Amino acid sequence: MVDKGNGDGKLTAKERLAIERQKMPEQDGIERSKNFEEVNLGLPEEIAIREAQRCLQCKKAACVEGCPVEIDIPGFLKLIAERDFLGAAALIRQDNNLPAVTGRVCPQETQCEIKCVRCKSGAPVAIGWLERFAADYEIAHRKGRPKTTAVKTGKKVACIGSGPAGVTCAGELAKMGHDVTVFEAFHKAGGVLVYGIPEFRMPNRIVEDEMENLKSLGVKIETNVLVGRTVTINQLMEQEGYDSAFIANGAGLPVFMKIPGENFKGVYSANEYLTRTNLMGAFQFPKYDTPIIAGRRVCVIGGGNVAMDAVRTSKRLGAEESIIVYRRAREQMPARVEEVHHAEQEQIRFEMLTAPVEVLGTEDGWVRGMTCIRMELGEPDASGRRRPIPIEGSEFLIECDLVVVAVGTSANPLITQTTPGLKTNKWGYIETDDNLMTSIPGVFAGGDIIRGAATVILAMGDGKKAAQSIDAYLNGRLRYNG
Amino acid sequence: MYEIVDKRTIGPNLTQYQIKAPRIAKARKCGQFVIVRAREHGERIPLTVADTDPETGTITLIVQTVGKSTLEMSQLKKGECFQDVVGPMGQPSHIDKFGTVVVIGGGLGTAVVLPQAIALRESGNKIISIIGARTKELLILQEQLGAVSDELILTTDDGSYGKKGLVTDALQELIDDPKVDVGAVYCAGPVIMMKFVSLLTKKYNIPTVVSLNPIMVDGTGMCGGCRVTVNGQSKFACVDGPEFDGHQVDYDELMDRLTTYRKQEQESLERFEKQHNCKLQR
Repeated sequence: MVDKGNGDGKLTAKERLAIERQKMPEQDGIERSKNFEEVNLGLPEEIAIREAQRCLQCKKAACVEGCPVEIDIPGFLKLIAERDFLGAAALIRQDNNLPAVTGRVCPQETQCEIKCVRCKSGAPVAIGWLERFAADYEIAHRKGRPKTTAVKTGKKVACIGSGPAGVTCAGELAKMGHDVTVFEAFHKAGGVLVYGIPEFRMPNRIVEDEMENLKSLGVKIETNVLVGRTVTINQLMEQEGYDSAFIANGAGLPVFMKIPGENFKGVYSANEYLTRTNLMGAFQFPKYDTPIIAGRRVCVIGGGNVAMDAVRTSKRLGAEESIIVYRRAREQMPARVEEVHHAEQEQIRFEMLTAPVEVLGTEDGWVRGMTCIRMELGEPDASGRRRPIPIEGSEFLIECDLVVVAVGTSANPLITQTTPGLKTNKWGYIETDDNLMTSIPGVFAGGDIIRGAATVILAMGDGKKAAQSIDAYLNGRLRYNG
Repeated sequence: MYEIVDKRTIGPNLTQYQIKAPRIAKARKCGQFVIVRAREHGERIPLTVADTDPETGTITLIVQTVGKSTLEMSQLKKGECFQDVVGPMGQPSHIDKFGTVVVIGGGLGTAVVLPQAIALRESGNKIISIIGARTKELLILQEQLGAVSDELILTTDDGSYGKKGLVTDALQELIDDPKVDVGAVYCAGPVIMMKFVSLLTKKYNIPTVVSLNPIMVDGTGMCGGCRVTVNGQSKFACVDGPEFDGHQVDYDELMDRLTTYRKQEQESLERFEKQHNCKLQR
């Protein structure tokens, strides 16, 4: 009999309720704003056990309902409390192929944790941190990679895109015995996890590790294939023998502000700024060949997670001052609370209720500043947030030498243009039915390409649901009702 | 990995590679390009596909050695591999029947217009080709382009071969020639050349197609680094182009944006030359 230490079973509900939410150790704010190392350092074992003991093990666990891939949360928390960390990781993996990723980047405060009963009288159980803890422990201590014993079905499925939606779908399908190939346009798999989310939030080695797990399940990954150009969906289905396809190519094209001066040197889309830094390693130039204009005074336009990633990146690239310019107020910022908090600790300046009206340039074509206008909030708009209205005559100048535009993305038309019969909505996003099937039989879609830019976990939820639908379709249990 | 099955020098700092890339060889159409990353720490650079052979699964790239990445690439031997080649990218050329088409290639741009000339001829056009370069050694693909042209005109800035002068001088002569009715112009080369060709043809209302070469990263539309202003609107050259109506392009902006990384490019090249004890022939 193994000694379970502060074994889970020994605590009463009252004792559990008495435990305060533990803290995540992190790098010092000023220190870390000079490096690309991870900000959150992860929970030590004893702290993780203590935090897991706070779970009241609800019979009808509301937290599970809050999770788009429905992880058995009380189950894995109990295993952590019993010090069975590998068991906890294995249990999570039954529902989630990317626990080290979701434990880091999920907005738990609006998903699983907001449903935690302990919110009623204090702080929720730190489900995300504990998920990350179990996943990281597994990476450090596992014996062998995940395998599947599923009987091969002989059915071939193509997943387009290796981001969170694509790899989740691929992993689930492989576990069902299907022969899956993931097609990725970039030279490295992982989608937004490798080109977008910075190293200091989502280390690339973690993503690489998860891609190895995927391959271990039998999934093939073909990089440098731009579906729509290198090969079309029709060719995959008709010439290469795929029985079904899942389109998860992401949100795609960056939106610019359409104001004068946006093509001056030193104006980047956040996608370009982050891709150069994260995917291409420009922060290590000239060791890596891809250059980047770092900027001394950097303005990032937008209030979402991408804006936070870009502004915090600029600080690490050596900016003396980094400024968020956002047209609404603090309360309306779509970024995660934790990211805004971290940005503040790193001395990011926030110019709220402010919108750029023109980018100004020097004679030789470089950015020298922006004319901005102050805003006030009016009635709620279609998104339910109060509409920003410009205050006449309030124009003022912000001097800067770099502008990063992070105001959103629109649908990449490459696949829809080259796939006859694929229905899209008026914004160019692919239309699907309740089973995520598109207007073409056997072709499914999910993630940002059906919903617009959203979160990693929602994309993963789509990937999981699509896998179930594809499996049903391949078994003749799901028919095309278009 | 993408094997170099053949490699030859075709001029000073000019290398022609034949690369094994079966998917691209099968899919590529005239006017499209690829993005190449030669080594693991490398950057992604766009290169025009000069030719393809779907039978052997190979594509032909012609590369001018101008900086660190292309210099490093030129040191790779036959039988070695490029790390990554992705494509084909961009919209295929719009090929129409115009009557007589003047095809103009400046320097490496000749590799862009050669496949266009072939496609335009197949569509029943009469082809007059102009190849321009600074000096004789830099003229490339004259034989290949000559073979698909009804007339081939060569120009060098220094008069070392063919006509002395710029491609625009040769084009002006054709426009002035009463026996020639120029229906369209297809042009690729340095931005300054495309600008002056377009300024000339605009005077005579001759439809002009140019192939633009802005800085690119992904080549799939997701970053906008390659944005150019066309008819007052921002376009992404990698997905909307690379070919555009020559009369609508803001060339000055494009030329300026191409200088963005000049300092870093210089630094990177010098560091590489020092480490490898080699020099770019200038």
